[in-house]
Amino acid sequence: MTVRKNQASLTADEKRRFVAALLELKRSGRYDTFVTTHNAFILGDTDNGERTGHRSPSFLPWHRRFLLEFERALQSVDASVALPYWDWTVDRTARSSLWAPDFLGGTGRSRDGRVTDGPFAASAGNWPISVRVDGRTYLRRALGASVRQLPTPAEVESVLAMATYDMAPWNSASDGFRNHLEGWRGVNLHNRVHVWVGGQMATGVSPNDPVFWLHHAYVDKLWARWQRRHPGAAYLPASGTPDVVDLNETMKPWNDTSPADLLDHTAHYTFDTD
Amino acid sequence: MPELSRRRALTAAAALTATVGVQTVSAPATTAAGAAGGHDHGSPASFDEVYKGRRIQGRPTAGGGHHGGGHHGAGYAVFVDGVELHLMRNADGTWISVVSHYDPVSSPRAAARAAVDELQGAKLLPFPAN
Repeated sequence: MTVRKNQASLTADEKRRFVAALLELKRSGRYDTFVTTHNAFILGDTDNGERTGHRSPSFLPWHRRFLLEFERALQSVDASVALPYWDWTVDRTARSSLWAPDFLGGTGRSRDGRVTDGPFAASAGNWPISVRVDGRTYLRRALGASVRQLPTPAEVESVLAMATYDMAPWNSASDGFRNHLEGWRGVNLHNRVHVWVGGQMATGVSPNDPVFWLHHAYVDKLWARWQRRHPGAAYLPASGTPDVVDLNETMKPWNDTSPADLLDHTAHYTFDTD
Repeated sequence: MPELSRRRALTAAAALTATVGVQTVSAPATTAAGAAGGHDHGSPASFDEVYKGRRIQGRPTAGGGHHGGGHHGAGYAVFVDGVELHLMRNADGTWISVVSHYDPVSSPRAAARAAVDELQGAKLLPFPAN
């Protein structure tokens, strides 16, 4: 059974294996298919039209499935690897071990945002940015430059306290847990973390930065925590909602899984801590 | 992934339409807000300026009422040095672009300027670029 661990508690060997599996997916071309898929949904999901991956109730189950696909790809390279998560309420500075050269590498240099250390630095030659929206082919970051603070534990707590999963109009204007976690309203959790990292993480091709997976693994964990907090609260909407994935409707691009199939993460993995 | 392919194909089609559209514009417009008419929510005015050494332009698009085509439903197009920047309007009237997708700003011009800031001189690639 896959156990997803806090990135801060990984051993040196676990970090090495995770990084090696990422680099192998990149080398084989499989990594970039995930970036392409994410960007296609970022471009296609609209508040007044069809919306599946973002700005909609299925933001959480869609990313849960997307991460499962990615984790299975990693495990096809090295069966011991699981996706770690980044609790950005705790590891909230650029000095975190997350950003050390033996793991993801640090922030970008000021001149052009280029990451210059770690396994994903362009200079190492193993991480070309191929699926991109501009001419730059190197990984970029600007940790803490566009927004100073990552969300705090109290801010996370205020969102976990919201008892309703999602509400009409089921988009970026919604009240409720999903949209506050996604960040289009309120204290802003998930969106703000993308902005805090900067570089490709702030764009539609955000999975170009491996921290994408650690960020979303923690967002996914927060969904699990919310479910435990509100055992009577269900995924919404239940049925009959145009342009929106209802509980038992299948999701693109897989077309074989509904939100209902993904509500219980323990069928696929557990977390190191609750 | 046939649905994804369809979506991407439509995105490409929309991009082509937008490119043809801009070539037929005779002069930089200074259209008043809402001039495009018939939209769910009136479009912001056109703009055309040089910002940090780069030409940024924005204008309402004729096909703005169409939804589900993959390529936004914004009804508004923005260009950086002539290359279209993918733009999206949020339900609350704020805007984001593909290079600043998680950080809403108040207008298409602000999104264009944010893109120029983000690009640090790099060339924008036409979408879909990959």
